[in-house]
Amino acid sequence: MAEQYPTQNPIDARPWTFYALGALFLLYMLFLYGPMVVIYTLSFQGPNGGVTFPIVDPSLEWFREVWRKGQMADIPVAFSRSMALASVASLLTVVISVAGGLAFRRPFPGAGLVFYLVVASLVMPSLLVGFGIGLGFQFFGLQPDLFTSALGAQLTWTLPFGLLAMFAVVNRFDRCWEEAAADLGATPFQRVRHVIVPILLPGILGVALSAFTLSYDEYARTTLTIGARNTLPLEIYALISSATTPMLFALGTLTTAVSFLLIGITLFLVLRMQQRRQGKLRS
Amino acid sequence: MTGGARETHIGHGANVDAPAKLHEMPEAGVDRRSRLPAWVVSWLQILPLTAILLVMFALPTTLFLAVSFFDYDRTGIYPAFMLDNYREIFTSSSTLRVYGSTLKFTLIVWVITLFLGFNIAHFLIFHVLNGKIRIVLFLLCAVPFFTSAIIRTIAWIPFLGRTGAFNQALMGLHITTRPLDFLLFSDFSVVVAYVHLYTPLMIGPIANSLSKIDRSLIEAARDAGASRWQTMTNVVVPLSKTGIALGSILVMTQVMGDFFVVRQMSGGQSASIVSALSTEIQAMQHPPAAANAMILVVIVAIMVSCLMRVVDIRKELVK
Repeated sequence: MAEQYPTQNPIDARPWTFYALGALFLLYMLFLYGPMVVIYTLSFQGPNGGVTFPIVDPSLEWFREVWRKGQMADIPVAFSRSMALASVASLLTVVISVAGGLAFRRPFPGAGLVFYLVVASLVMPSLLVGFGIGLGFQFFGLQPDLFTSALGAQLTWTLPFGLLAMFAVVNRFDRCWEEAAADLGATPFQRVRHVIVPILLPGILGVALSAFTLSYDEYARTTLTIGARNTLPLEIYALISSATTPMLFALGTLTTAVSFLLIGITLFLVLRMQQRRQGKLRS
Repeated sequence: MTGGARETHIGHGANVDAPAKLHEMPEAGVDRRSRLPAWVVSWLQILPLTAILLVMFALPTTLFLAVSFFDYDRTGIYPAFMLDNYREIFTSSSTLRVYGSTLKFTLIVWVITLFLGFNIAHFLIFHVLNGKIRIVLFLLCAVPFFTSAIIRTIAWIPFLGRTGAFNQALMGLHITTRPLDFLLFSDFSVVVAYVHLYTPLMIGPIANSLSKIDRSLIEAARDAGASRWQTMTNVVVPLSKTGIALGSILVMTQVMGDFFVVRQMSGGQSASIVSALSTEIQAMQHPPAAANAMILVVIVAIMVSCLMRVVDIRKELVK
């Protein structure tokens, strides 16, 4: 007898594919997190331990090493630069891609061209974007720097990403709410400020987080456009070829912890927002 | 790939069509009080994005198209129109080998990520019935994408090395007596790192497509006597074409544009188009690098337009 396709009805018995796919999912999780857990563990290696197991006298030595100003890299400075760049990139991405998402709600001449420009920018091999911008700055006699060429290079990645995410967010916006506001006499600005942005806020926060972390970890577009002052990923990139100590793992653990922290804060904010809304709906 | 937006999309399949219907009505009267025509408002809203992409993406791309025809020597580059840079690429067997190897990696990684991505997305959407658990499992898949790709790549080194965790585990369990050498600094480790980095790019779009499938279609197929396999091949797969195409575009272009993973995980034994190109850039050979870049852009453009022919991504995304 032919088995049934799984449906939402929990009374139906689980088909065998549930267990097969469940096992696949579990293996994928091990595959995804296994190596990461290994380097987090190894970053607590003792001062005399190597880059593999076993761990000899666990310590925080390599975390202290990250803070020590080495000959090669100044990690705290690079970190603060990365944070500053990511904040600016995230803010710009949110404002510009929210506006872009709103623009695409109605047909306008050239919409197709803009869309293909966005897709092209998204699929363009990252290093080539940096290469082109580097050539451009050279051509016009400009010095590449953090908030000019590097920021621009990162925006060619975060903006298309942000716009596509906004499509998904805006798709679920019911225009009746905006029309209701218009009928009540709200100006276009008031509609954006008091209706559209508050309703889309969870999605907008998601875009902000994505843009921040994508910029914070970006290296391929940045490497040829950064000029003299390196960001954190570029310092890590430089360290890989020179240092083979557990310090690299400690650095990896720290920078991943920053990403996890940001993801956690964003999730917390979004969940609280949704809970409040549900609470308001009930009362 | 839509980050926070993706998770919340799950389970809202029924709402998706509503804005689309409104959209079909011209203008829906929303902007009737503003003095500007609606399309001008749209233009103003899209202007900053277009301007930045034109200056930071279209202009530089045009520039390296031009430079690919330039002449160069050790001290600089000179405007010219010559095809030597391209001729060198097509006549050098080592360059062609690099192109072949990049295409090989792209194909292998695409097949594996598609298999993993589709099955995992399918599991999450159709098999995990509890909405909260589904969101948690989704986040588990998505979170690593928002952490450093460099760190995720080098995380494989202490795991796969000769004295690494995996070999130690195998020997500890007496599965092998000596460490396996092929695990690290080989084509194998390059593929492993790619699959690790890019599978989330496949899961996201496919799950988004699957979540939009109207469940009543599946029940209808069942009522009409379709087996599970028939339902899968005739209903579910065709309806997730958009996600498959979008995920494929993202994975393929990421692999084709990579230079770090291939260098790091092959231990310098393999090269990719972009890693060869970055070596040329470091050697200040900008015109041949630009010619390589142009060819890569053409390959990527052909690939993406083929996939976009399969589905009208724009129509699917902008509803």
